[in-house]
Amino acid sequence: MNQHSQIQNTETVAETGPAERGRINLLFLLAPLAVLALAIAWLYSANPLASFNNGAPPVESLTVERTILDQGGLRLLVRAGGSEPMRIAQLQVDAAYWEFEQVPAGPIARGDTAWVSVPFPWVLGEAHRVTLVTNTGATFDHEIAVAVPTPVVTSANLFSQAVLGAFVGILPVAIGLMFYPALRSAGAATMNFLLAMTMGLLAFLLVDSFVESLELAAQSAAIFQGPVMATLAAMASFLLLMGVSRRKGRPAGLALATYIALGIGLHNLGEGLAIGGAFAAGSAGLGTFLVMGFTLHNITEGIGIAAPILKVRPPLWTFAGLALLAGGPAVVGMWIGSLAYAPQWSALALAVGAGAILQVVVEVALFLMHSDDRRGSSTLLSAPVLAGLAAGVGFMYLTAMLVKI
Amino acid sequence: MITVGDVDNERNGFDPTAMLTDWDMGTVSTLPDGRTLRTFEVAAEDKEIEIAPGVMFPAWTFNGRVPGPALRAKEGERLRIVFRNNGSHPHSMHFHGIHAARMDGIPGAGLINPGEEFVYEFDAKPFGCHLYHCHALPLARHIHKGMYGLFVIDPDPARHPDQANVARSRLRGTPENAEWQELAMVMNAFDTTFDGENEFYACNTIAHCYAKKPIKILRDRPVRIYLVNVTEFDPINSFHLHANFFDYFDQGTTLTPTSKTVDLIVQCQAQRGILEFSFKDHEPGLYMFHAHQSEFTELGWMGMFDVVEVLS
Repeated sequence: MNQHSQIQNTETVAETGPAERGRINLLFLLAPLAVLALAIAWLYSANPLASFNNGAPPVESLTVERTILDQGGLRLLVRAGGSEPMRIAQLQVDAAYWEFEQVPAGPIARGDTAWVSVPFPWVLGEAHRVTLVTNTGATFDHEIAVAVPTPVVTSANLFSQAVLGAFVGILPVAIGLMFYPALRSAGAATMNFLLAMTMGLLAFLLVDSFVESLELAAQSAAIFQGPVMATLAAMASFLLLMGVSRRKGRPAGLALATYIALGIGLHNLGEGLAIGGAFAAGSAGLGTFLVMGFTLHNITEGIGIAAPILKVRPPLWTFAGLALLAGGPAVVGMWIGSLAYAPQWSALALAVGAGAILQVVVEVALFLMHSDDRRGSSTLLSAPVLAGLAAGVGFMYLTAMLVKI
Repeated sequence: MITVGDVDNERNGFDPTAMLTDWDMGTVSTLPDGRTLRTFEVAAEDKEIEIAPGVMFPAWTFNGRVPGPALRAKEGERLRIVFRNNGSHPHSMHFHGIHAARMDGIPGAGLINPGEEFVYEFDAKPFGCHLYHCHALPLARHIHKGMYGLFVIDPDPARHPDQANVARSRLRGTPENAEWQELAMVMNAFDTTFDGENEFYACNTIAHCYAKKPIKILRDRPVRIYLVNVTEFDPINSFHLHANFFDYFDQGTTLTPTSKTVDLIVQCQAQRGILEFSFKDHEPGLYMFHAHQSEFTELGWMGMFDVVEVLS
């Protein structure tokens, strides 16, 4: 019996050639899609869910992504997230109706954006509240906490933002890297302390970036699913960088330093976006004290980048490259943030930065374990390493007190 | 309780006690037809003022003070108000009175941009206790930033022969009027957070000013208050006098009281009136007055009359 059936089976296989198998597979692929299409068609034509229609109006959602204040008044970029296209029927500023213009006019489809401009004589330094009234009478409030003119693209503005970015991004990393010659003579214990300190500061940045990313994500339109987007972006950037860095084995020396610089650079991009955005929104008066705080806060980043290359002697230009890689994105972030701010992009940049930082934390930990062949993972619990971790986290936390408002 | 400390009146450039009796009578000349022409000069300007001890408010003012000058004229006179806008936003003066549409102080009729000048001209009528305020948009902000003031038109005794004595007692400059202790009071409030809710309430801008420095009142002379409510964001304000009752002339356009023997009146925004009372039969001492919304009272709108036999 068994033998017979086996022969039959072989025959069947022989009869169906590769072409025919492809067709059958295609059919199996199309069948579920066809069922989906039929279900959608039935849903629309027969409306079987009519009994769920209790007369409630469609769900509406409006998010203001950008606010521009200039001579002409207010301009808002609004994103609709309703279950149906939404119509902005009226607009209030400070509980008074104002004329407004919407471009493009008409209903705003789910996920689409439109510019709304109001010739409102806003008052410098004071608060205003914009209320958008839809055709169903629903209202959406947008608070302008402090009215200041929105920065425009001029070479002077770009230059001053670049200077600011250099002060909070590039300068501290460069200063940190300047400790390199002094640290070169470090013994094994000091080495471990410095690497652990790097881990500590990176751990601080990891938590800081991710929490800030979630905060910004919460301000973005629901359609972006901010918190999910942030978490997935962080995991994706972590896995991507792990994959890329492992093509040539475990990174060490200059490669590891470069990954640390990249992680810090991505973090600084997100920070730059957030600072630039806050500056444009008038919510942050950037005093000298605040800028100095940021500079001090970021100095350890340079030391962290220098730690893995203490025992190699890279050419001088690599230091400039590392400083630019880690600090330069702050300038770019500042430019984009103050000129084209939207919370979801800052959230995304910070989340990608968090993933990149997690990658270097893992790599530095592995580097530490393998740097001391005899002890392996117990190195991680040695006194210099624990002290370094505490010093890194502690320094970052204390200097952050200078800049958190 | 009460706000802590004192306001620097000198820095503000105005003193709430002096403001009570500081009437702007303008300058007087005679027109070719023999009528009196009274000219006022008013300038709008931005000014940071201290509205409560240590609390600064970026005000928009008329003549650098909040409330603006208490303009006073006589029924039937020709009035000319030369208005200059030295502020940073468009402004106007909208008078509660009788005038042509061109003189109304709304957009298109006497609303001027910074650096411009406009002359409002009309007859002083009807007699009463009125007000003026800026009518630029957004209206609520222009009013609550401080752009308002009293505008009093005294009755002309010659036009009211039946009650000439009453009219004369209201006409500033007559011996009958000199008998009265007249006070200019503007009930106002300030929203220091710009969220549509007031943080400070007052009579004449400075929270609790007359509680800390009571208003001296001579016991044997009658008191007349020209009162206007310009409070923004709250629907009404009120005036309550302790231990005494008063006669009330709503809008001041009558020579007989519209309410007799009351100790409380309410006013919506821009409502105003004249209060007349006397402490003749009282013993000297401190007599309180305040809004009878307890919230306003404790947020600054409370004061004291210090009734004395002789002014020290």
